[in-house]
Amino acid sequence: MTNTTESTTTTTTTPPGGSGHRTARPAGPAKPPPGLRAWVTRAPLMPALIFLIIVTQLPMVATLVISVFDWNALYPEARSFAGLANYGEVLGDPELRKSVFTTILLTVTVVLVSLVLGMLLALLLDRRFRGRAAVRTMLIAPFLLVPVAAALLWKHVLYNPEYGLFNGVLHWILGDGAAQPDWVAEMPLGAVEASLVWQWTPFMMLILLAGLQSRPTEAVEAARIDGAGAWQVFRYITLPHLRRYLELGALLGTVYIVQNFDAVFTITSGGLGTANLPYSIYQTFYQGHEYGTASAAGVLVVIGSIIIATLALRVVSSLFREEATS
Amino acid sequence: MSAASPATSIPSAVDTAPRKVRRRNAALGLIAWLVGILFVLPVLWMALTSLHSEADAATNPPSLAAPLTLDGYREFFGAGGGPSPWFSLANSVTASVVSTAFVLLLALPAAYALSIRPVKKWTDVLFFFLSTKMLPVVAGLLPIYLFAKSTGTLDNIWLLVILYTSMNLPIAVWMMQSFLSEIPTALIEAAQIDGARLPVILTRVVAPIAMPGIAATSLICFIFSWNEMLFARVLTGVIAQTAPVFLTGFITSQGLFLAKVCAASLVISLPVLAAGFAAQDKLVQGLSLGAVK
Repeated sequence: MTNTTESTTTTTTTPPGGSGHRTARPAGPAKPPPGLRAWVTRAPLMPALIFLIIVTQLPMVATLVISVFDWNALYPEARSFAGLANYGEVLGDPELRKSVFTTILLTVTVVLVSLVLGMLLALLLDRRFRGRAAVRTMLIAPFLLVPVAAALLWKHVLYNPEYGLFNGVLHWILGDGAAQPDWVAEMPLGAVEASLVWQWTPFMMLILLAGLQSRPTEAVEAARIDGAGAWQVFRYITLPHLRRYLELGALLGTVYIVQNFDAVFTITSGGLGTANLPYSIYQTFYQGHEYGTASAAGVLVVIGSIIIATLALRVVSSLFREEATS
Repeated sequence: MSAASPATSIPSAVDTAPRKVRRRNAALGLIAWLVGILFVLPVLWMALTSLHSEADAATNPPSLAAPLTLDGYREFFGAGGGPSPWFSLANSVTASVVSTAFVLLLALPAAYALSIRPVKKWTDVLFFFLSTKMLPVVAGLLPIYLFAKSTGTLDNIWLLVILYTSMNLPIAVWMMQSFLSEIPTALIEAAQIDGARLPVILTRVVAPIAMPGIAATSLICFIFSWNEMLFARVLTGVIAQTAPVFLTGFITSQGLFLAKVCAASLVISLPVLAAGFAAQDKLVQGLSLGAVK
């Protein structure tokens, strides 16, 4: 990596504003001028930073620009400036409005259910019992299936009304007269949610288990000696300690599940009222060729995500600070 | 840092606990086992179905004791005249492995600048990295598609390599930062006093300590690239198609396909299962972007 510390060229680089930089750490034996040194310490960071800005930020800017044009790919000549008309169209479109609602419902349900299940599992796994490692491994398996494969598994192998495992088990238990529901048709959003809960519960469990295992044991033991019951220990020591981890799990889960495409695409193809925002935008641009509208919807999703991300970053940074000071 | 006490801190009380408590623990252990089996059951069922003939796979009630066959796997690998998966598997390997290599190349120096010799306002930089991860991918998809179309890079695996690199770079920087900051500064300073230069310090002091972290980061980047489908679906066609896209295009034909789909899903998930179980301990840290250790 950068071994330019030895170069003795004069300071051609302008010192960056307020170079109170000497507070960092003593550099190597030979000390180059401060301005250069600042750039030398910064240099290893630059490739990653520049790459990321070009590949992730520029497209967002382009999306913003496209969103104010009336642009359908099937009629490329008719491209014209549209101002905020696309935004009006997005907000006025009942389908897209519904997909906002669907996104929220899907995300909140999956995150909450998998958090609660994940917490129960983490509490179970926090004790010592025979084969704990094996159980942990079994629990992680759903999370390690390729998302598309997991979605296919649920759609065809489990939900299929004729030969799916769910109806097969019903048949087994209740005999020939057993109800044989068409799961995806009867509860489309629930079907998508169940498959996602199955995949995301292990994630929540892992984070919360890490939280449980960093719990201060002295406090727990002191409380036990003082005669606190299991519930009191949980309510007054474990739960407050877990709060940050619960928040972290919820927010990271939200960030990932808001963007979910694979499950919706595979299980229902966005039909039956399950189209979430990523799917709708994909469809508007990929099948509908409405570039302007798709971009406006994209910008609105970004605004929504920034709100979530700000919350998420606050949680992550508080965890991060806590760790840095401990 | 990382004074996280290991898992086995409470049990000392358990060993000496009265019989009632021990019995309760055993009961809870049993429940944990049952739930674990319940969670893994669909995966096991998929494995069993993949080993059945198509006719046995699609019975109701399910046939548990049907004879086993590898036909599903043969079919998946193109024995029945279907499209061969090797092309898309090779594409997935290229996209995942090369992008992971690029990620390491970019993330290692960055993490070094953010941890061992922190630049000014390094936490701000770190949070900028993280924030790019939180913007929905779908919002930037159209410009990327248009760019690819105008430059003739549609259906080109290198486009995916670049995109996957950017997708995983923030995660990698975060993880690596938290791994590298565990290296005691005293160690590096001691090496400096002994007259060691930067390359020596990097290879002899930093690398050995950071290796497990680098390995875990690579595995996680690999998993994310391997799983990705939205970019792959929109930006590739025939030539650069990746395995997940191949998997979704698999079920167009009529007739029975359950065993074949199960075989395909398992084969395609195999690298992720292997990588995930290998990196099990570091998985949480990676997925929580280094916030949880």
